[in-house]
Amino acid sequence: MSELIVEGLVADAAGEAILHGVDVRVAPGEVHAVMGPNGCGKSTLAHVLAGRRGYGVTAGRALLDGRDLLALSPYERAQAGLFLAMQYPTEVPGVNLLELLEAALGPAGGVAAADGLGAVLRAEAERLGVAAALLDRAVNVDLSGGEKKKCEALQLAVLRPRVAVLDEIDSGLDVDALRAVARRIEEATTEGLGVLAITHYTRLLGVLQADRVHIMIRGRIVASGGPELADELERTGYERWDRPAPAEVAVKLGRSF
Amino acid sequence: MPGVPEAFSVARAAALGGAGWLQQRRLAAAEALQDAELPSPSEEEWRYSPVGKLRLETFAPASPEPANGPGGPLNRAALPAAASDLLGSLRRRLGGLSALVVTCDGKLAATEVSASAEAEGLAVRPLGEAPEPAGAPGGVGSPPADVFGLMNDAFCSAPALLEVPAGARLADPVAVVNIVTMPSLAAFPRLAVVVGDGAEAQVVNAVVSGGDEAFAAPVTEIEVGPSARLQFLNLQELGPCAIGIDRTTATVAAQGHLAVGFAAVGGAYARCRADCTLTGRGGTGDMSAMYFGDGEQVLDFRTFQNHLAPDTTSNLLFVGAVEDRARSIYSGLIRVGAEARGTDAQQTNRILKLSEEVWADSVPNLEIENNDVRCAHASSVGPIDEDHRFYLESRGVPPDVAERLIVEGFFGEVRGRLPVQSVAAGFDEMVRAKIGPNR
Repeated sequence: MSELIVEGLVADAAGEAILHGVDVRVAPGEVHAVMGPNGCGKSTLAHVLAGRRGYGVTAGRALLDGRDLLALSPYERAQAGLFLAMQYPTEVPGVNLLELLEAALGPAGGVAAADGLGAVLRAEAERLGVAAALLDRAVNVDLSGGEKKKCEALQLAVLRPRVAVLDEIDSGLDVDALRAVARRIEEATTEGLGVLAITHYTRLLGVLQADRVHIMIRGRIVASGGPELADELERTGYERWDRPAPAEVAVKLGRSF
Repeated sequence: MPGVPEAFSVARAAALGGAGWLQQRRLAAAEALQDAELPSPSEEEWRYSPVGKLRLETFAPASPEPANGPGGPLNRAALPAAASDLLGSLRRRLGGLSALVVTCDGKLAATEVSASAEAEGLAVRPLGEAPEPAGAPGGVGSPPADVFGLMNDAFCSAPALLEVPAGARLADPVAVVNIVTMPSLAAFPRLAVVVGDGAEAQVVNAVVSGGDEAFAAPVTEIEVGPSARLQFLNLQELGPCAIGIDRTTATVAAQGHLAVGFAAVGGAYARCRADCTLTGRGGTGDMSAMYFGDGEQVLDFRTFQNHLAPDTTSNLLFVGAVEDRARSIYSGLIRVGAEARGTDAQQTNRILKLSEEVWADSVPNLEIENNDVRCAHASSVGPIDEDHRFYLESRGVPPDVAERLIVEGFFGEVRGRLPVQSVAAGFDEMVRAKIGPNR
């Protein structure tokens, strides 16, 4: 079955070290939440997994079903079953959603005929509350922030990946939309989808039941636990965990002497 | 700077015959040519162009023999085989027509008018048979833009006039197809289109050539009458070794509406100069172009949006892509006269660079003599946006397919804006064919 394994991932962006050894293991059907303050490296983790240019991996590995994700180009990762729902989905002028999905699924796509795909897209759009009019527009162009997020979920529903990395999927969504998106994702997990949900707030976890919660501070996962960890976070905030690591303390002390 | 070669003589122009007024104009132009010099890229009008590489001495204007036929139905068998092939592939894309005019190597080969268009009063005839218009040959193209315009005035051997009478409505487009197959011929297609008060028409004007060297300098004059509507699509499908220097110039009267579009894929060097002058209050001139250059092609566009009357509107959108070592030049001028208060003028040029070795330049200009106007211009020249590419790839779209989708998408807006959509769609296939090979 599909499992995402991230081990000891060390990565930098534009020469600056961001991730300092991240370990996560998402089993099929599991929802993992990665929570952390701004700038902790959550989005970098998402981008590194998806293979966005501009990030360097200096140590560690990421496997999907035993395949080395980091050795694959972005489209090969997607074809291997990885999906990234972006925090700020890119507007792509002139390319419409159906065209994109057809190309993504390829001639041997999971949904065979092109008419079939259109029908699937419309049905999923209705479930997620995406207005039919948006389906004919260029991808994400002139969409509100919330509409873009719904369209990311819509693509997830149609492409049926094995593992989805959701980068702040909740931002921009109103309560009803968030609920619809969460419901759809949970349904996909019953069919084996593994989810790595990156979020700043516990709001998402009110509607999307997480099996495991990880707290990321300064590029490291400093605590992992069950859903109760999110409750604790809600009470105490990130400050409790936001202490320099011992090594950094040593460095700082060394400098001051 | 070199002068005009000997073959472009007054005697050659005189031999073309035709109505007295046309002969006189040919002679005057031919005489003016004798002192003219060929342009050089040091002139602003020709900056960045490879016009200096045109070896005009290897070409000569059409001789008057055999004389132009009287027109009439197309006889494919009478055309050279190459011309017949070129026409055949184009003819399929043109679909149902109100009229078809074919010139081949400077001779009129056919004029066909459908029964319904004839009933609407559409007249297609040699320009020389028409009463003398004001101004140079068709009345609008005066004065000639440059030495090539002057050559066209002197040596246009089969000038055609297309008249849509006041109030007429043509159901299907009129097509004018100019075929060049003779490698040593300097072809000067000439077309005048006159659309009367309140009439509506669509015209496709094509210039095509085969694989040999060719030189064509077409001039098209368009006169849109009061409250008339014309869609005019210019198809430039010259062969890879051809040089084309096109001028299309239009006037639009009060409340008239012109949509003029240029679809260009061919030519080693293909230049297109387009002028749209809004002479009557409330007139509109929309201009659009879609082009794709690859190999060593140079595609060169110069546009003029002239607002001479109040409350006139012009909207220009030129969109092109260049690949391999191709070059593209765009320079556009919006001119607003002192009388043209309430002008609304837009000018947009977008160029997509698909390789490191291409070169593209985009120069917008404004010249405004009235304060009560709205003018905007925008230009962008650049490669495919990496974020767009990554977004598609992150969904599982292979890089080559992603690039093809993005390039096709880049042309999306202008594709929808080109006039005579039924024919423009066929052109789209030609652009796709150029996008395809590497993707």
